[in-house]
Amino acid sequence: MITAHRQPSATADWILVVLFSAAVLTMPWWLAPFGANYPDLMQKFAIYGVFAIGFNILFGLTGYLSFGHAAFLGAGSYAAVWCFKLLSMNILPAIVASVCVAGVFAFLIGFISLRRSGIYFSILTLAFAQMSYNLAYSVLTPITNGETGLQLSLSDPRVVDAALGISTGRSLPSTTLFGIKMSGMPGFWFCAVVLIIAFFIALRITRSPFGMMLRAIKSNQTRMKYTGFNTRPYLIWAFVISGMYAGLAGGLLSVTDPLAGAERMQWTASGEVVLMTILGGAGTLIGPVLGASLIKYFENIFSAINTRDLNQMFDGLPEGLQDFAVSTVGLFVGDGWHLTLGLMFMIVVIFLPGGIMEGVRRIARLFKRDKTASAPVQAPAPSAGQG
Amino acid sequence: MRPVDNVVLHVADVHKSFAGLHALSDIDLSVKEGETHAIIGPNGAGKSTLLNVCIGRLAPDSGHVVFDGQNLTGRAPHEINQLGVVRVFQTPEIFPDLTLLENVMVPILAKRDGSFKLALFRRFSSETQVRKEAEEILSDLGLGQLMSSAAASLSRGDKRRLELAMGLAQHPRLLLLDEPTAGMARHDTNATIDLLKRIKERGMTKVIIEHDMHVVFSLADRISVLAGGRIICQGTPEEVKNDPRVKEAYLGEEQVG
Repeated sequence: MITAHRQPSATADWILVVLFSAAVLTMPWWLAPFGANYPDLMQKFAIYGVFAIGFNILFGLTGYLSFGHAAFLGAGSYAAVWCFKLLSMNILPAIVASVCVAGVFAFLIGFISLRRSGIYFSILTLAFAQMSYNLAYSVLTPITNGETGLQLSLSDPRVVDAALGISTGRSLPSTTLFGIKMSGMPGFWFCAVVLIIAFFIALRITRSPFGMMLRAIKSNQTRMKYTGFNTRPYLIWAFVISGMYAGLAGGLLSVTDPLAGAERMQWTASGEVVLMTILGGAGTLIGPVLGASLIKYFENIFSAINTRDLNQMFDGLPEGLQDFAVSTVGLFVGDGWHLTLGLMFMIVVIFLPGGIMEGVRRIARLFKRDKTASAPVQAPAPSAGQG
Repeated sequence: MRPVDNVVLHVADVHKSFAGLHALSDIDLSVKEGETHAIIGPNGAGKSTLLNVCIGRLAPDSGHVVFDGQNLTGRAPHEINQLGVVRVFQTPEIFPDLTLLENVMVPILAKRDGSFKLALFRRFSSETQVRKEAEEILSDLGLGQLMSSAAASLSRGDKRRLELAMGLAQHPRLLLLDEPTAGMARHDTNATIDLLKRIKERGMTKVIIEHDMHVVFSLADRISVLAGGRIICQGTPEEVKNDPRVKEAYLGEEQVG
């Protein structure tokens, strides 16, 4: 019998949130053995985690595959940098601005794209995102500073900071949270807290009646309509919420490094979040964060390995064998890390269509079965199919 | 435009053609409050087209469908449902990925909350009132044991029963059933007949499209016979059974009664 995804209790959800928070906040320690505990990379884990969590609200719950979410990420980045330039280096108004701008932008694109479903919807979102990218790159240069990217400069007005008498002297200012500089570890702590809040909100959305309606739309949209639901506002809200998450991620990117370029809107960036979500497990809560972290980890660690590192690694091997090993493995690291990513993605999609989280579930089930097998006195539970 | 007293559904002068083929012509049909009205007819007579016109899936070329004084033509499916018209499909339309309980809770929420409600921070699983209602309906239809399994795992007969439960959960004023027993084994058919009889006692108006004469004559108060897109006969089961035009229309198909 096919088992359904049963709704966990409120207590189980709180435990999940606590465990998740603990895992995120202890990252600097448990990531050390992987060589990934430096702030830049951990910030990326958190930021792209937010991006993927939001993407999953649309894709995982409704099944609508957007290929243009990078547009909202980019819009959020630009909004945040403009906020730094015009108002204040404080990150809070910048974050609010990036979320709002992305939300409005997502509403406009969603309103049109959601007139279609399936592949046509995906193509429409892709088209809009590429349009945004090209606009940001060329026509909108006054707003986006085109090829160079939007940057801070000494001549920026920063009216609020100026009014409060905060001056930065002769060097470019850095982003702050009420005086705390947001680079390095403080930046990571801020992103981590935002990730936890974003996770909590996504959890509540998933468990809400609204989330259930989104799952029902994914399951059978025709039935939804004949059940008395107008599916369109549900889909538009899901699209806007996930666009706001993308905007938040874009804002955080600007917080940790206050410059925004058009390449953040390119289709490769949109495709990346799709990969993250599917790799981790679409429709699950943890999966997207796992997928995002894994891809960012590979991007940073594998792409940094060069031929000298490999030669060192295979030092013990005989001469010919060492050359062979270095040249073979060399294909998969450095610039070739995309090859590793592609292979990993293929393996997951073929063997674990539900992503890494499906693997986790399978292992959990295996353990459960072992337990029942080691207790032969007990008769098999009649509801075994529902576990 | 208000129809005669206690007529709930009034199909007036409906025409519908597909590429020159007259699927429905001159259809005039009144369904009274509380009655079970069966629409029968040979294959291709236009039964399903008529039902689709009633729920807004197809727009008639001319004429209109009036439910309780309100014109249904041109309305979106969800609006028609909100007025209290529920349709059960021929091939069961359920939510295969959700549990049976969720399948029934969703329509109850639709009835309670309307066509759209953004309640981002309520918990679906704490809707205890809705859950209780859904559990009662499922047990009533004999699906109580399967409440927490996925709807996709049900047998075809159970899926149809589930869809019926989803429809009944909304307490519709008018229930449209498209061949509720097609493809069912005999004992399942009889169980469904019993079930539909029980609903009848609650005073719900029903329109049933059916092939199986056993089902039709066990349930219907009145019957309309459709052939070649026209209603050729309308009346009580007794009248229809003895009408020579009906026998003619069914000649070579199957024996009436």
